Amino acid sequence: MTGQPLVRARGLRVSFISREATVTAVNGIDLDLDEGEVLCILGESGSGKSVTLRALLRLNPKGKTVMTGALAVAGHDIMTIPDGRLSAVRGKVVSMIFQEPMTALDPVFTIGYQIAETLIRHEGISRREADRRALELLELVQIPSARRRLGAYPHELSGGLRQRAMIAMAISCRPKLLLADEPTTALDATVQIQILLLLRSLQQELGMGVIFVTHDLGVAGEIADRIAVMYAGRIVELGSTVDVMRQPFHPYTQGLMGATVHSGTRGKRLTTIPGAPPDLRFPFEGCAFAPRCSHASDACRESMPAFRHPGPGRAVRCIRVEDAEIKHSPKRVSAMA
Amino acid sequence: MLFYIVRRVVYVIPIALAVSLVCFLLVHIAPGDPIDAMVQPDTPQEVIDRVRSEYGLDRPLPVQFGLWLAKLVQGDFGTSLIKGRPVLPDLVSASGATFVLACTGGLLGVLAGCILGGIAGVYRESWLDRVLLGTAVAGVSVPHYWLGMVMVIIFSVNLNLLPAMGSGPGGSTAWAWDWAHLRYLILPSVTLAVIPAGIVTRTVRGLVSDIISQDYITTLRGKGLRRAGIVRHVVLNAAPTVLAVVGLQLANLMGGSILVETVFAWPGTGMMLNTAIFQRDLPVLQATTLLLALFFVVLNLVVDLIQTAIDPRISRR
Amino acid sequence: MPELEQAPDRGGPAQPLLIVKGLAKHFPIGSVFRGRQVVRAVDGLDLTIAKRETLGIVGESGCGKSTASRLIMSLIAPTAGEIVFDGEHVGTAGGISLKEYRRQVQMVFQDSYSSLNPRLTIEESIAYGPRVHGIPHAKAVARAKELLEAVGLAPGQYARRFPHELSGGQRQRVNIARALALLPRLIILDEPVSALDKSVEAQVLNLLLDLKEQFGLTYLFISHDLNVVEHVADRVLVMYLGKVAEVGPGDAIFRRPAHPYTSALLASRPSMDPTRRRTEPPLSGDPPNPIDPPSGCRFRTRCALARDICANSAPDLAEIGHAHSAACHAVVPDSGYADSRRMVA
Repeated sequence: MTGQPLVRARGLRVSFISREATVTAVNGIDLDLDEGEVLCILGESGSGKSVTLRALLRLNPKGKTVMTGALAVAGHDIMTIPDGRLSAVRGKVVSMIFQEPMTALDPVFTIGYQIAETLIRHEGISRREADRRALELLELVQIPSARRRLGAYPHELSGGLRQRAMIAMAISCRPKLLLADEPTTALDATVQIQILLLLRSLQQELGMGVIFVTHDLGVAGEIADRIAVMYAGRIVELGSTVDVMRQPFHPYTQGLMGATVHSGTRGKRLTTIPGAPPDLRFPFEGCAFAPRCSHASDACRESMPAFRHPGPGRAVRCIRVEDAEIKHSPKRVSAMA
Repeated sequence: MLFYIVRRVVYVIPIALAVSLVCFLLVHIAPGDPIDAMVQPDTPQEVIDRVRSEYGLDRPLPVQFGLWLAKLVQGDFGTSLIKGRPVLPDLVSASGATFVLACTGGLLGVLAGCILGGIAGVYRESWLDRVLLGTAVAGVSVPHYWLGMVMVIIFSVNLNLLPAMGSGPGGSTAWAWDWAHLRYLILPSVTLAVIPAGIVTRTVRGLVSDIISQDYITTLRGKGLRRAGIVRHVVLNAAPTVLAVVGLQLANLMGGSILVETVFAWPGTGMMLNTAIFQRDLPVLQATTLLLALFFVVLNLVVDLIQTAIDPRISRR
Repeated sequence: MPELEQAPDRGGPAQPLLIVKGLAKHFPIGSVFRGRQVVRAVDGLDLTIAKRETLGIVGESGCGKSTASRLIMSLIAPTAGEIVFDGEHVGTAGGISLKEYRRQVQMVFQDSYSSLNPRLTIEESIAYGPRVHGIPHAKAVARAKELLEAVGLAPGQYARRFPHELSGGQRQRVNIARALALLPRLIILDEPVSALDKSVEAQVLNLLLDLKEQFGLTYLFISHDLNVVEHVADRVLVMYLGKVAEVGPGDAIFRRPAHPYTSALLASRPSMDPTRRRTEPPLSGDPPNPIDPPSGCRFRTRCALARDICANSAPDLAEIGHAHSAACHAVVPDSGYADSRRMVA
């Protein structure tokens, strides 16, 4: 492991500007990811989790997006790197998979072509060599009768195979970092678990760092080393998966878990979080969750709570959380968790 | 795929038959007696009747149609009532002239439309987009004949740069790809290109701005493709729809060429048709209309086949 | 003055509210040239729903659960089968009329936005159904306000809003209020919470359970999410490629699943315990295309227990426990499974 983390974000803010309003979707995020580490960003729609992910590759719509703060990915300063050099990083060092492989793959090109295209772009190999590698990749992601599937168009494949093809394309250049935007959400239950396990084994085999965005706590539990919970554009809780799932500190995380249906909730009333997330078009002071929080006090509404560290590797933005005695390793958990 | 092509071509046969029937009926049902146009006003009735039976115009319509069709299949397009010579050679030479004009005009229009529409689509909602879209709307709205005349006034009459009429020096109708002939092509083809250019611009603009907001374009950016590589994907995704629109526009060009050819005295099928209408030259009218109609049919077939070849989502079965 | 009332219970508590027998829907596909092919989207569905019960239907994409809901709602015409509502045949002479049936059975869809008319305020949307059934406008609107209150939306704040001015969860509440407006006895809920965030999902599920008590409702709850179905359903029906794989009380299905597909579905759920993660996917591959289902048992291509008999004959639904049935040769004692050879792949 080098001294530099794979991803280092400090005070990252992303705003979308239109004639009507400015929406600050990501409002000051600090994030570190080590090589080979799997981090899940957990949040609901509008929390800014997908925007954060896209910001790491500067993929949010150009001309409408303003990014500030500091952001380094695999040693590149994403804030200042010119487009030409950034495109050499995209797909090679950092690559991305999406929720809907049907719309994320070009419908008029074959799967084989779209994989080979990536290889040719970054490795400068011949078309024939790229086709051979594409076949190996399809086999690596366990697509049956891979040779035949190379010539298939996206609409000719089932949802699970499409997502496998998307993954094959993303790992074609052995990236150091894989960004996954809800890659299993659109899949059937029996297929979702297959894709999760595939991603987990590929991650270990290739030693990739992974940032995995999801709204599903169960999915995060299957794959993440650490979980970052996002609410209204900010990370409100961060910690190892085991810690966050066993003992959530932030009232929002607690509410989310109480609201998650699972075996054992039958016949009981689900705890719910009243109200709705704030409208990000309007700036607000204080803790964004305060209006929905049963423990909120005046102090909560005055200013955004700073991170408290209730345990090793844990960070929570809530004034009710006490700092623990041991504070020697802030915000860092080993990948072994 | 071969089976698909064969099947599509076979489909054309009943369509072509129907088209020829409609052409035949339209010409015969339309008011006005062709014999009146041929003979002197004071010709005795028995002479008129003799001429009528010579041309077979006294027989029942279905018989006339059958005879006409039978001759057509043998390559006999009839004899002009006015000129008294076979229609076919004239039709071939006129089709050649129209083909040159329509292709040049079409190509200009489509090319301009794709480029302008592409730019407008990429820079959607910018001032550039608004200017281009405004131009496109203006292009679609301008009538051919008016634009043709304005162009003649500017470039032929005032600036004396380009010829106003005909397709070659000294009224020659033989076409050649040299500057002496090309000069004659410029004004009519530009006039003809304006409407398809406007329509294609609007289509391409919509398509491009839609395509570049698709997820798969984000994927392509995310995997580090350079601009040229992304353009390739955009073009191939837009192509099937653009082709369909272009096909329709080319068909319209044949219609548009009637007016433009008349304005510029371009010796093509359009002018031939126009003359035949005024002279009530029935065989010429039938043959020309049929040719134009069949051109539509074949064009649609070609567009369909190309679309199928490009877009894998269209079933080839 | 006309007044809408919930229709009285005719058959008594022992009479199931809904009985569906042999319901099937075959969609024709293919062209003139290739002959007629059919997709058997739903192929012989039998089910009963007791009064005040919640029956959950689970299954993956292409299993026919949404087609089934539309058939039961009589939004599409079935290829075969019959529906009996509280002892009366639906749409036949002497039975319950289609119009009356459609009043007593209401539906809530997954997409909360497209199921509301964007040009109507939400109170107008809710009042629309009763007005069609002859209730005067003022009365229908007043009732709409009561219903908004009942689904937790303050009428003063929301009644005059348009669908696009509401969040997804609020719109789904409006859809529920709209379904309630005709005082139905059965509500078909087709993936009602699938498009919602978790915290909102919980609010809507709580609301649905409250309303069920308050209005004496019966639910048919369709979802791909096993956790949600486990939470709400009294009995559960598992569908695979247009057929019923297993049906039984919620406890039996979730604790003692009999059909290998049900077991696989359950084992596909994330473990919710990061220290005991799943290691092997219970099934490989995707569900097969319903256009071309396997012979015999439709699940056999993905089933670890498959033997020759499974390819040769389709298993019928057989009782294997109290009110618990499964369509699997391996779990039915005299099916001939024990003597059949293992499939050679």
